[in-house]
Amino acid sequence: MTWLGSARRWWVVFIAPSFALLLVFTVLPIVAAAGLSLFKWDLLTPPEYQGVGNFVELARDAEFRAALWHTIVFIIGYLPLVTAAGLGLALLLNRPGRRAGAWRVAFFMPVVSAWVAVALMWKWMLNSRFGVINWLLGLVGIEGPAWLFERGWAMVSVIAASVWKDAGFVMILFLAGLQAIPREYREAASVDGANRWQAFWKVTFPLLTPTVFLVLVILLINSFQVFEQVWILTGGGPLGSTTVVVERIVRHAFTFGRMGYAAAMSWVLFAIIFSVTLIQTRLQRRWVHYG
Amino acid sequence: MHALGWGLLTVAAATMVFPFAWSVSTSLQTKEALLRIPPQLIPESPSLDSYRELAQVMPLGRIVLNSAIVTLFITVLQVVTSAMAGYGLARFRFRGRHGLFLVYLGTLMVPFQVTIVPLFILMRWFGWINTLQALILPGIASAFGVFLFRQFFLQMPAELEEAAALDGAGPWRTFWSVAFPYARPATATHGILAFMASWNAFLWPLFVARNENAMTLPVGLASLHGRYETDWNLVMAGSVIAVIPVIVAFAVVQRHMSPELLVGGPR
Repeated sequence: MTWLGSARRWWVVFIAPSFALLLVFTVLPIVAAAGLSLFKWDLLTPPEYQGVGNFVELARDAEFRAALWHTIVFIIGYLPLVTAAGLGLALLLNRPGRRAGAWRVAFFMPVVSAWVAVALMWKWMLNSRFGVINWLLGLVGIEGPAWLFERGWAMVSVIAASVWKDAGFVMILFLAGLQAIPREYREAASVDGANRWQAFWKVTFPLLTPTVFLVLVILLINSFQVFEQVWILTGGGPLGSTTVVVERIVRHAFTFGRMGYAAAMSWVLFAIIFSVTLIQTRLQRRWVHYG
Repeated sequence: MHALGWGLLTVAAATMVFPFAWSVSTSLQTKEALLRIPPQLIPESPSLDSYRELAQVMPLGRIVLNSAIVTLFITVLQVVTSAMAGYGLARFRFRGRHGLFLVYLGTLMVPFQVTIVPLFILMRWFGWINTLQALILPGIASAFGVFLFRQFFLQMPAELEEAAALDGAGPWRTFWSVAFPYARPATATHGILAFMASWNAFLWPLFVARNENAMTLPVGLASLHGRYETDWNLVMAGSVIAVIPVIVAFAVVQRHMSPELLVGGPR
């Protein structure tokens, strides 16, 4: 029903609190960030107009380029693994009798927990001398590396912890997608003599592609913003081998007091996320089936 | 095949739970016991000493209280303002309705990191650095919440409100007595998400809440780790305190949640 007559005007009352806060604390800062990116400002001395100077410097900034590359390496490792893990868990749970709350709670414990807390748990488990992971590896005769202090292994550790944390989230999205697929479709496939493997790839997966698309869009947006696990686990090290884009923004705003430069970086991040999402939406027609 | 499925499921669940069990175990041991090889999952002489020591090396009570206050305010206010705005957008026709909705949608696309530097400067200008309002006020408006509730109210049967309107209730009373209760699944879903996000928040508090006046648990934990790098029993005690409330809250609320809302939402 739609409110008419004198009741119509109540829309202002309903929308005002939320919208006023949105304007002051979200819209205004977004606009301000665009302006700020044209200035050099350390908060102590008056801001200096730079034009596109910050963006020119950014294009030449080798550390920023390295951070962008590390972010992409993270995504290349994380995205396929977490998608496969989440889909696998969803397929395992999507059976009558397996929807019990206890499973869901177990798989969701990492999802709901604070990144800082679970990153610290991983940091302790990955401790090279007293950590449980290297002890377990030792039992089977493998001498584990100093995970967070060796180039290469540090990024592997960040990716592994991230897959562990987010698999349950991806699982819940896939479970919802799977439950929307009518059971008859798969039953029809098995009557036609398809085995499970064929039934999955020929029937279930095509019907699931809208969910896969949604998962990939959400995960890509999130993973370009990877920060907390890196900040706690490696702090960008060793030797700057795991620096990421948001970590650069925080460092420049905080440690170096370069507000304008950090704002310029955040706009570049936004532009990248926006373009990637746009490209994904364009490509979806080629592989997503809306049944 | 059946047994294989159960086996895989059990292994996966154990992998998810193990780090938590390990942390609890670590937090119940002394620093010296942790240096033993082989490490022990079941502590020989468990004690709560780490938690006591934690309360001595940092103002734990104050930090937990800060976290609780910020989380409570953000969760309640975010749900209420989002439900109201969602109702306003779904059930009223007015000029600029589509424009308003587009503003919400637009902000949903901009990552938080874009707003963080100007927001920090705004807080400094207000003189709010290291205050709780700097953590609470920017966290209330939620474009995602408005979106979720709007979808929900668009699908609400008109008869429910018509009955209330016949009894002479205006929009305000109808909203609180009929519409908001009807949206309970959206409230549960959005409420738990808001609770998690505010209890776990790290990036924004790292900017504006660095002393004990306003420090919340994640920032407190990170600084604890910075100072007591090798005292893993202390750090794990802090981590356990940080994760227990959300896990309990989720376990209680999860049966009322509808994840389909999250998936079917943006349509």
